[in-house]
Amino acid sequence: MEGSIVAGLITMDDLTNEQIIEILSDAERLLPVARGELYLPLLKGRILGNLFFEPSTRTRMSFETAMKRLGGDVVNLGDVKTSSVVKGETLFDTIQMVDGYTDIIAMRHPRQGAAQYAQDAARVPILNGGDGAGHHPTQTMLDLFTIQQAHGRLDGLKVVLAGDLRYGRTVHSLSHALVRFGCDLVFASPDLLRMPEEIVSDLRAHGANVLETEDLYGSMAEADVVYMTRIQKERFADEDEYARCAGAYKLHARHLEDVKQDMIVMHPLPRIDEIDPTVDKTRHARYFEQAFNGVVARMALLCRLLGVTVPADVHAEGGAL
Amino acid sequence: MSNEHSMRRVTAIRNGTVIDHIPSGQAMRVLEMLGIGGETSVPISLVMNVPSKKMGSKDIIKVEDRELTQGELDRLALVAPDAHVAIIRAYSVAEKLTINLGEEVVNVVRCTFSNCITTNLREPQAHRLRVVQRDPLELRCHYCGRPQDLGELANNVL
Repeated sequence: MEGSIVAGLITMDDLTNEQIIEILSDAERLLPVARGELYLPLLKGRILGNLFFEPSTRTRMSFETAMKRLGGDVVNLGDVKTSSVVKGETLFDTIQMVDGYTDIIAMRHPRQGAAQYAQDAARVPILNGGDGAGHHPTQTMLDLFTIQQAHGRLDGLKVVLAGDLRYGRTVHSLSHALVRFGCDLVFASPDLLRMPEEIVSDLRAHGANVLETEDLYGSMAEADVVYMTRIQKERFADEDEYARCAGAYKLHARHLEDVKQDMIVMHPLPRIDEIDPTVDKTRHARYFEQAFNGVVARMALLCRLLGVTVPADVHAEGGAL
Repeated sequence: MSNEHSMRRVTAIRNGTVIDHIPSGQAMRVLEMLGIGGETSVPISLVMNVPSKKMGSKDIIKVEDRELTQGELDRLALVAPDAHVAIIRAYSVAEKLTINLGEEVVNVVRCTFSNCITTNLREPQAHRLRVVQRDPLELRCHYCGRPQDLGELANNVL
């Protein structure tokens, strides 16, 4: 299927609902390639520039895996402490340089707005892998893929987002996307970590049905998805406040006795103790599949942004490894 | 009270700029935004909260021996987009200037969000604020998307 090309992916607003569905469909077909069962070098000869100005494990590695599974290559910025950034190079200059070396750039930066800034400076498409507390659209795409895989649809679901809703860019991007598909949202968090007011009012202005609560366990009975997040210690100035919030939610297998059979528990990882290991063995746990889906969702996005069509029948086009 | 009476509350100026139809109570912010204040040597007359047929009440500023530049008009647009600006020469209106608040404010002020990429002033690309809503004014940074703190903008003039 020939889908429309998007210039870059900075926020989820860069994709229409139709494009999201198309990209998720591409991702579904690419699953055997992501698993290493099939060799399909759609991106042979293309180079991805991985620019991670702050630490990342899953996002950086899954971009690299995605590119390599599709026959492409990757160049890395490497450790910021030993790159030209430490010499005071501006982001503009760094982008000018990498733009000349690569065909597409995946980027994470501690400053909000850095991805849009880079896109304005670049000739090649930018994939935003997180900018400060701003956006993380590729995480949202893999989250949507995981939800669709479990429920066969995205529309009309009831999704509980829990934990650090104040600082977590993952839940900000995901909330906006879910509302576009008509999902009902429950925001469960300690009072200190509530979803920012401007986001809640923005979502409501778009017709969203949003409920805010501190009671996570009481809001799970009707849920189709429970999306847990880590309370980020680095965000707190006061250790005592962190300690109070950190223990707020510890999802245990016993909390899942009365939930819907097909309810899934998700988490962007890494987790600390907000999901007890007893949950891992239940039918509800999806966070490790979710992490794997980072590869396939990013494969589909790399193809889309590079204008490469994912064949309708990947087995007919692909070969053995 | 007529508009003429409002204007005459302070002496007519020989040369300079008159900024009329400033929203009531905003005159100090206008001066702040224009960087005209205590340390400037030119005489400034200011009337606040005078009756206006069009606005109910308004503020007026007269700055002697100084004509506003285009850059200053762009800054004025962020505080008083509907103000009237007249350049006075030899006690007569020599020129009427138009304030234009377009869809974007470029290189006039920088984003007020402390973690925006544009806080690194060595970054060379333009500072861009999108006009999301005109009344009441709502601006968002083109890069980080954050709504702007209008009270802080005067500290971020470029």
